[in-house]
Amino acid sequence: MRFERREHRPLYLLIVAPVLAVIAALALSGILIAIAGAPVLDAYWRILTGAFGSRLSATETLTRATPLMLTGLAAAVAFRARLWNIGAEGQFYLGAIAVAAASAKVLGDLPAPVLIPLLLLVGAIAGMVLILIPLWLRLRFSVDEVVTSLLMNFIALLFVSMLIDGVLKDPLAFGWPQSQSISDHAMLPKLIARSRLHVGLVIAITLAIVVHLMQLRTVFGLQSRAAGLNPSGAVFAGVPLGKTLMKVACLSGGLAGLAGAIEVMGVKGYVTTDLSPGFGYAGIVVAMLANLNPLGVVLAAIFTATMFVGADGMSRGLGIPTYIADVTVALSLLTMLIALFFTQYRIRR
Amino acid sequence: MTVPVLEIEGVSKRFGTNLANDNISITLAKGEIVALLGENGAGKTTLMSVLFGHYMPDAGRILIDGMELPQGKPRAAIRAGVGMVHQHFSLASNLTVLENVMTGTEKLWSWRSGTSAARKKLLAISERFGLKVDPDARLGDLSVGEQQRVEILKALYNDARILILDEPTAVLTNIEAERLFATLKEMARQGLSLIFISHKLDEVMAAADRIVVLRGGRMVAERRASETSKAELAELMVGRRVTRPVREPSTPGALALEAVDVTVKIDGVERLKSISFRLREGEILGIIGVSGNGQAALVHLLSGTLSRASGTLLLFDESIGNLGVADVVSAGIGRIPEDRNEEGVIGEMAIWENAVLERISSSAFSRRGLVNRKAGMTFAKEIIGQFDVRGGGPASRTRLLSGGNMQKLILGRNLHQRPRILIAAQPARGLDEGAVAAVHARLLEARRQGTAILLISEDLDEVIALADRIQAIVGGRLSPPVEAEVADARRLGLMMAGEWHEIRKVDHAI
Repeated sequence: MRFERREHRPLYLLIVAPVLAVIAALALSGILIAIAGAPVLDAYWRILTGAFGSRLSATETLTRATPLMLTGLAAAVAFRARLWNIGAEGQFYLGAIAVAAASAKVLGDLPAPVLIPLLLLVGAIAGMVLILIPLWLRLRFSVDEVVTSLLMNFIALLFVSMLIDGVLKDPLAFGWPQSQSISDHAMLPKLIARSRLHVGLVIAITLAIVVHLMQLRTVFGLQSRAAGLNPSGAVFAGVPLGKTLMKVACLSGGLAGLAGAIEVMGVKGYVTTDLSPGFGYAGIVVAMLANLNPLGVVLAAIFTATMFVGADGMSRGLGIPTYIADVTVALSLLTMLIALFFTQYRIRR
Repeated sequence: MTVPVLEIEGVSKRFGTNLANDNISITLAKGEIVALLGENGAGKTTLMSVLFGHYMPDAGRILIDGMELPQGKPRAAIRAGVGMVHQHFSLASNLTVLENVMTGTEKLWSWRSGTSAARKKLLAISERFGLKVDPDARLGDLSVGEQQRVEILKALYNDARILILDEPTAVLTNIEAERLFATLKEMARQGLSLIFISHKLDEVMAAADRIVVLRGGRMVAERRASETSKAELAELMVGRRVTRPVREPSTPGALALEAVDVTVKIDGVERLKSISFRLREGEILGIIGVSGNGQAALVHLLSGTLSRASGTLLLFDESIGNLGVADVVSAGIGRIPEDRNEEGVIGEMAIWENAVLERISSSAFSRRGLVNRKAGMTFAKEIIGQFDVRGGGPASRTRLLSGGNMQKLILGRNLHQRPRILIAAQPARGLDEGAVAAVHARLLEARRQGTAILLISEDLDEVIALADRIQAIVGGRLSPPVEAEVADARRLGLMMAGEWHEIRKVDHAI
């Protein structure tokens, strides 16, 4: 048996393969559910109703999906240009803490229509700043950014931890390490009253469409793709490699920083060191699930959020650990990668 | 007559609708060298993969010493004494030569690695066939020629009696290739049987006892090397009479590009040492030399991806500073890079994207940062039509094109705009006979239309056929030019060896 590269990728395959991958992943984790002694179909039904069964759960799922879309986009744009930004988690936190600091110390008194865009910008810039360090190391000394951007995560988190236990500490938090809350009019407007769902979802989806069009239709999109696929070929064709990677890095870091800013301004209102349950890392999974397609990122983020939110409901009802959500998402990533492989290769006897 | 060492009987192999091998039968005797000659895509590599067990044939069988070889089992082939030297070596660059050779032969359940016995055996083989190599050298530190020697040694270490070499000279310089063929002849003299795959007429005539010609998956002829000619083989291989076009005399026009004492440094090393040349419109200036002597720096300098340390470049009598790629392209300088896949195209991108990428910032193909996809597609369609690019439309992935068609695409995107100057590095390297003729015809047509062409090539025949004047590049230095009329192989050989003081100096100022 051997694999042969497909000459043409039929369109139906690109649609069918991801669907089959998700079904296969659900079937595989169904085995685990069965071993745990619960009825499999019932368990999946509870995941679905747990995630979308009521107005509350549906808005909760979408709220959870919002930061995942942004960190997913951050990973997708970077990976498309073969820039391995594993630092979205750190950029997320830096974006979040920058918003808290700016609101508490500098900009808090501005009116909302000015304040909100300004704070979002501050968050994005904070994310960019953090990624520029690994990028500079790569361009100047050829240091692998996988390692440096990953390590920056820990530095960023410890930095945030220092701030919220120090200058930004909320005096009203009974001694818990927690940043001061941002001012009320800095909070993002709600999309639906009496829920946590906020305008951030609209921002995330809009950005996904913008990034998609940018990759498809702009010179920058073409050049960044060329730089990722074949750097020496891109240089020969006159693509400014350093400049292009710089722009890609800023976009990626900015999106991750924005995710942190939106999570603070949309949901929490303050920063703690458990603001993110791994949104930055999960963004990598989301991007890979979406095959780095920006529009696919939206769907992949909703799928991932569904599994996590729904698994809570299932766990309460059937007594199965919520870890099944992690397992299902991880399995679906594996099956998706296999499915993508088969859109490019076929098996020969 | 004795039983042949190897018999391939009626092998057929189909991929989808493409019949890659159609009922092919070949025999190989002890001590014989057979060349498998054919254009790219003629089915040579497929046939050898069937022989080695990588592919299952749809029909036919393979006999070694009269015994049938089980199909689809490389291990059985190795055990029967078949060794394969791949075009892209299957070696690990972080291991030593000895470790590479031993890989796959060590016993899994043994505490002792048997290194000393292996070393003894390796040295004995290396001695016997004159394949000198240091067993403890790290593979990554060796030259390509030496790596190939390791690949051959590995096959011999596995007690191969039948050695298959897939385009062994594709990666070698001329001198290395000559050395390789001397080794192969020695092996044959000592009783080994060899098959080598090639599409180069010179080397099959020089090295093989017998030549089997494949075309379109069929075996079209079998000739003894002593009873055929290059012309006959070329015709058999291509299926029609091909003659490489040859330049006609012409009168060159104005001075297009002049270099005066140009030096280029990369990471502190001088890659070009105070070189000078003059290139006029409607003229082809050939730069010959063994690759690795500064050609890459020369191409990159003139392509706008490298800046010079000192010296002057004159473009139509105007001194120019260091140019970027966009400046070079808009100044009407076309560029054909040495390595198509590495620099010429981005394989995973569409043909139209590769056609426009180097001029994407011009107003014809983008406005305010937005790509004009329609204009790009039209441009690509024109290239495909005019330059006969086969194998895909403007939106297909470029990787799907064969080497020849990829080169036509690169030629097309340069020549479509009627460049004033064309920098062509190894434009026909690795192409089959038909594609070489097509590329040469295009270059000559551009010359006729007044383009000044700098042809950088290792192929003496190519340079002699096309160039008006010839300079040699050796160790980053450029020889004075000689007129093509007085350039013969002996003189060019001396120039390529750096001995240009030996030959009568040709007046530099023409």
